[in-house]
Amino acid sequence: MLIIIEDFGLSVIRLFEYIGGLVFLFLETLGWIGRGSIRPRLTVEQMAILGVNSILIVVVTTAFAGAVLSLELAKQAVKFGVGRYVGGGVAIAMIREFGPMLTAIVVAGRAGSAITAELGSMKVTEQIDALMALATNPVRYLVVPRFLACIVMIPMLTMFANLAGTTGGGIVAYFLAGIEPHIFLNSIKNTVILSDLWRGLDKSIVFAAEIALVSCFQGLNTTGGAAGVGQATTGSVVYSIILIFISNFLLSAWLFPIH
Amino acid sequence: MNKEPMITIRNLTMRLGGRDVLHNVNLEIGRGETLVVMGLSGVGKSTLLKCMTGLLKPANGTIIIEGKDITKLKPAELNELRKNIGMVFQSPALFDSLTVGENVAFGLREHTRLPEEEIQRIVAEKLAIVDLEGMESLFPSQLSGGMQKRASLARTITTNPEVILYDEPTTGLDPIMSNVINELIMYLQKEFSVTSVVVTHDLESAFKIGNQIAMLYEAVIVEKGSPEEIKKSENPVVKQFITGSALGPIKV
Repeated sequence: MLIIIEDFGLSVIRLFEYIGGLVFLFLETLGWIGRGSIRPRLTVEQMAILGVNSILIVVVTTAFAGAVLSLELAKQAVKFGVGRYVGGGVAIAMIREFGPMLTAIVVAGRAGSAITAELGSMKVTEQIDALMALATNPVRYLVVPRFLACIVMIPMLTMFANLAGTTGGGIVAYFLAGIEPHIFLNSIKNTVILSDLWRGLDKSIVFAAEIALVSCFQGLNTTGGAAGVGQATTGSVVYSIILIFISNFLLSAWLFPIH
Repeated sequence: MNKEPMITIRNLTMRLGGRDVLHNVNLEIGRGETLVVMGLSGVGKSTLLKCMTGLLKPANGTIIIEGKDITKLKPAELNELRKNIGMVFQSPALFDSLTVGENVAFGLREHTRLPEEEIQRIVAEKLAIVDLEGMESLFPSQLSGGMQKRASLARTITTNPEVILYDEPTTGLDPIMSNVINELIMYLQKEFSVTSVVVTHDLESAFKIGNQIAMLYEAVIVEKGSPEEIKKSENPVVKQFITGSALGPIKV
């Protein structure tokens, strides 16, 4: 029994240590950005790696998510004779929830894991030490460009996701439920307001910061050779996704209140 | 040779995993001198170097380099001092996403505003010193182990540091390549009056390049002296290490 309590206590301490580490990394990153210490070339490089290379997977996954959402909604809506509202329902769900969240999850799996693997292997092969020995701060050189790339590119990817998901939904609504495209579009126009889009993008900025910080933190704290890099990378994806889900709920409750 | 100490280490204690890896270590390294720290693998030699460049913070003690106590410097001051301390890593820690040329140019691009042509000229000059002319566009993975060590050395000397710390520079290299590295270390000392600290368990290398040799065993310096004094040492630990005997006081 004592061992269980001890283990639980240790886990709690580790959790707080981890959160503290993330907060410190966040503050240090903001500090460098605040001082204007930004490397345009490195940041653009990271934006290309992170953003451009993730477009296809983001578009495909969200298009099908939108399609399945429309399929279920349309089935019920047509049954109750309110098929003309499906477009709005799909678009709201995509723009407020699925677009930002699915994009974040896909990027955490694809780019977040790559960031951790890269920084982690740099750590275990002493490249991070070498960077410091060459009088270069690793947060400034490695974390800031990745953080900025995430903050800029993930909201952009989210916009692609919103478009892809809504289009996927529209196609399914037309072919499987017979809802004409103009009815689908009209419903979107009547339901979605611009602030839905902005708030959805605000969420994606928070997710972007979470992915960048967790993946960089995991990478910079990797220990134990190749196996350690594997563990850090898995941890990066798992922790990012957990954080995305929790913060998504909190942000939705705050940004899109019931009343 | 100027004997005024460039590096002074006083009562250095470093604790890792609940045990002292270094315990009350005292060392003095004169300007332009090469100190070799030898000892078994895993005895704390690399830890000593990492403390000397501020990568690890010791539990106790002071490390004074050029009059500044590295253990008490603020991050910005530490970085300023690091520009004058080069470190050659065991791994050899070249940035694998950058070419050899970009690796060697790293310090110059980070810390100077030299024009690109001047940077290219210095890179070519440093690569020539380590016998890697024209290899600028290759990636580290395309180099052999020995070439990687030499490229790492070129990266270290680009900014002309006065102090160079070498972590097992000859480990894993064939005897000829080890000798090339030894010659390079001696060349840098002779030509540029570089103060060096070399940690190694390669005895041949230690006796060849060291002006002073210190033996680290069980977290303490058990003996320090010139190569001749070390060779004649009556200390049973030193004797056993030099002869490579399996029998003796050294616990393996």
